[in-house]
Amino acid sequence: MPDILILAQESTIVPSEFGRMVVNGLSLGAIYAVLALGFVIIFKATQVLNFAHGALAALGAFLIAYFATIINVPGRWMEGSPVWLQWMLSVIFALILAAGIGMLLERLFLRPMVGEALFAVAIVTLGIDIVVRTITNDFIGLNTRPMGDPFGLKTVGIGCENGSFVGNADLVELCSIRVPWTTVFQLILTVVLVAAVAFFFRSRTGVAMRATAWDQEVARAQGINVGRIFALAWAIGAVMAAIGGLFISMFPRRPGGVDQFTAFFAFRAFPAIILGGLDSIPGAIVGGFAIGFAESAASTYLTFEWLGTGFGGVVPYVVMLLVLLIRPYGLFGTEEIRRV
Amino acid sequence: MRGRPLLYTSYESDQAILNTTTKKLAVGVLLFVLILIPLQPFFAGQFGWETGIWGIGFMGEDDWLRLLATVAIFVIGGLGLNILLGLAGQVSLGHAFFMGVGAYVAAVLGGDPEGVRLGFGLPIWIWLPAAGLVAALIGVAFGPAAVRVRGLYLAFVTLGLVFVGDYVFRNAVSVTGGAEVGRTFPPLDVRLWKEEEPLISFSTDGSWFGVDLTSEAKTFYFMLVAAVVFMILARNLQRTRVGRAFQSIRDRDIAAEIMGVDEVGYKLRAFGISSFYAGVSGALLASFVGSVIPSRWDLFLSVEFIAIVLIGGAGTVSGVVLGSAFVILLPRLVRDLTVWMQEVVTTGDSFMASILDIFIATESTDFGLVNTLPGVGPGLSVFQLNQVIYGLLIILFLIFEPLGLYGIWIRIRNYWKGWPFTY
Repeated sequence: MPDILILAQESTIVPSEFGRMVVNGLSLGAIYAVLALGFVIIFKATQVLNFAHGALAALGAFLIAYFATIINVPGRWMEGSPVWLQWMLSVIFALILAAGIGMLLERLFLRPMVGEALFAVAIVTLGIDIVVRTITNDFIGLNTRPMGDPFGLKTVGIGCENGSFVGNADLVELCSIRVPWTTVFQLILTVVLVAAVAFFFRSRTGVAMRATAWDQEVARAQGINVGRIFALAWAIGAVMAAIGGLFISMFPRRPGGVDQFTAFFAFRAFPAIILGGLDSIPGAIVGGFAIGFAESAASTYLTFEWLGTGFGGVVPYVVMLLVLLIRPYGLFGTEEIRRV
Repeated sequence: MRGRPLLYTSYESDQAILNTTTKKLAVGVLLFVLILIPLQPFFAGQFGWETGIWGIGFMGEDDWLRLLATVAIFVIGGLGLNILLGLAGQVSLGHAFFMGVGAYVAAVLGGDPEGVRLGFGLPIWIWLPAAGLVAALIGVAFGPAAVRVRGLYLAFVTLGLVFVGDYVFRNAVSVTGGAEVGRTFPPLDVRLWKEEEPLISFSTDGSWFGVDLTSEAKTFYFMLVAAVVFMILARNLQRTRVGRAFQSIRDRDIAAEIMGVDEVGYKLRAFGISSFYAGVSGALLASFVGSVIPSRWDLFLSVEFIAIVLIGGAGTVSGVVLGSAFVILLPRLVRDLTVWMQEVVTTGDSFMASILDIFIATESTDFGLVNTLPGVGPGLSVFQLNQVIYGLLIILFLIFEPLGLYGIWIRIRNYWKGWPFTY
């Protein structure tokens, strides 16, 4: 196809490196923000430092893959309906199941630990992480399980050259920035989730959860069912983790599906949590996007040979270490006041 | 003091390293048995014993000796984490990083000078202490960051350390051999300087004092001695001024500071000492295994050590020994158990076989909780089963017995102390 080649030569538009960095940063930021949000909600409401969040993310992503592609529920009973609707329903099914698993874990392993030292509870979640991750990885197997989302590899172009529309538009059209539809989806969903959380905390149950976070005993004395709040917090946390896992397993991230390393990728959300401060919900979102941009910028611009491979992957941790040196409680975390 | 074992007439006897009869007896018997274990061939065929001393004969086999040597190495590393976590009360997920540092210092100093990777060929009496010292220095250098953050944040800082360390190890190819390749580590042989023939060789079979020993048996003795030395040091630390300062910081840091304990200084010391143990343990582990890839020093190893300290019982030396033995020997027991179950299921037609069939898959179409067949299928592999048991043990111990195996022993002891009364 000679036309296309000529067209490509004549084009004045250069794909923007900066634009690609920003788009990638937004995509990463959405992942980290959603994971951090779930983590912080669990921590605030139940005083549990959930090291199993990465495992829950992988589990949630696998459940989505299971419903959407492996057994195709409910898509198999609704032939003819649009693909996106089938997929959305599968995701909702998976999220409900993930919420149930979150509540079950809380009831089985964390309810007996109420009132124990924070550290002991954190180590219990490390144990949960090992169990959930191993079983999930056994289900995932050695293959990559695609999410079956309707967005696929499609992108939307910004600043495209006029008239470059020849044949297959997606292949030939030259744009300065290409935004994958998955990233658009992730950003919209993140905004929706943040708004939902904000509204939730203004509802009656949300106020009860905030009261529980403030003081469990006093909340009980006010007639709040603290146990139910714990279960709810874990359900929300598990759903957020599952959505984070879904984001990790979507197009711009390799390998485009959930595999045995998804749980480890989710570990990178911890720096985002720390950066924002363990107990701050705005901090989780700011920290998530800050870490996402830092990682994206590092992997775009810091490509010196002496840095070796995979430096982008440790940038979150480096940023976390540096920030903690300056602000030991993160950017928005509550400072622990030591009084004698 | 017959009949009054807990009556101390002097401060020295109260603070002695082995301050009760039970401890003296237990340690003595344990050491005696451990020393006898590799000598099985010597006893085989005598006193009517076929494969060696009755009851422990099977442990004289080479693979069991390797396991026991690994236990000794993990005891050293576990003692290090115990000082930090059990005595000083500081959470660290970064233990694996310091072990990696120790291992690579050992590799560089003791490695083959003509090898592919960096190595100076120095003897063990240089590289083993150096491994500990460099790890300790890095631990102290990292200390100010660790001292500034408290409690839960510290867990995350040390978590970051493991991931940053993993990245450095993967990319420092001239030292570590790179991500998938790894490098070889110096053998345990003792030389005076760089001479050809080692003074004492642990990596070849040979005879000591007229007893033929395999290299595994010799290595086991080496690790046993090393572990005992570090156990005495750790036990001694608990009763010194430094050890008491650690415990006061653990119990109430503000109160400790008011009493004049220099919190920052002692936390730095705790990190340094803990890292020293980790460095030595890492160097020994790498040297023992021979060839290690950088991802050996990952988060999972750190969690393994936390499990050792918590399952054994935080703050006690004997707890660390129990925990290490438990954590290292458990996979072997699980493996043997699955092999046995498989045998019963495939050969037998008994009632037992039909029950065990639920747990184990023998054909690719068979259902089972455990699937030892190669390839994918429903059911966990033996390795995965180990992991799950492991995670469950951490959870269950923390929920039901926070003092660990040591706590179980305390309960048994207290029961018999007051027997037949309940208290």
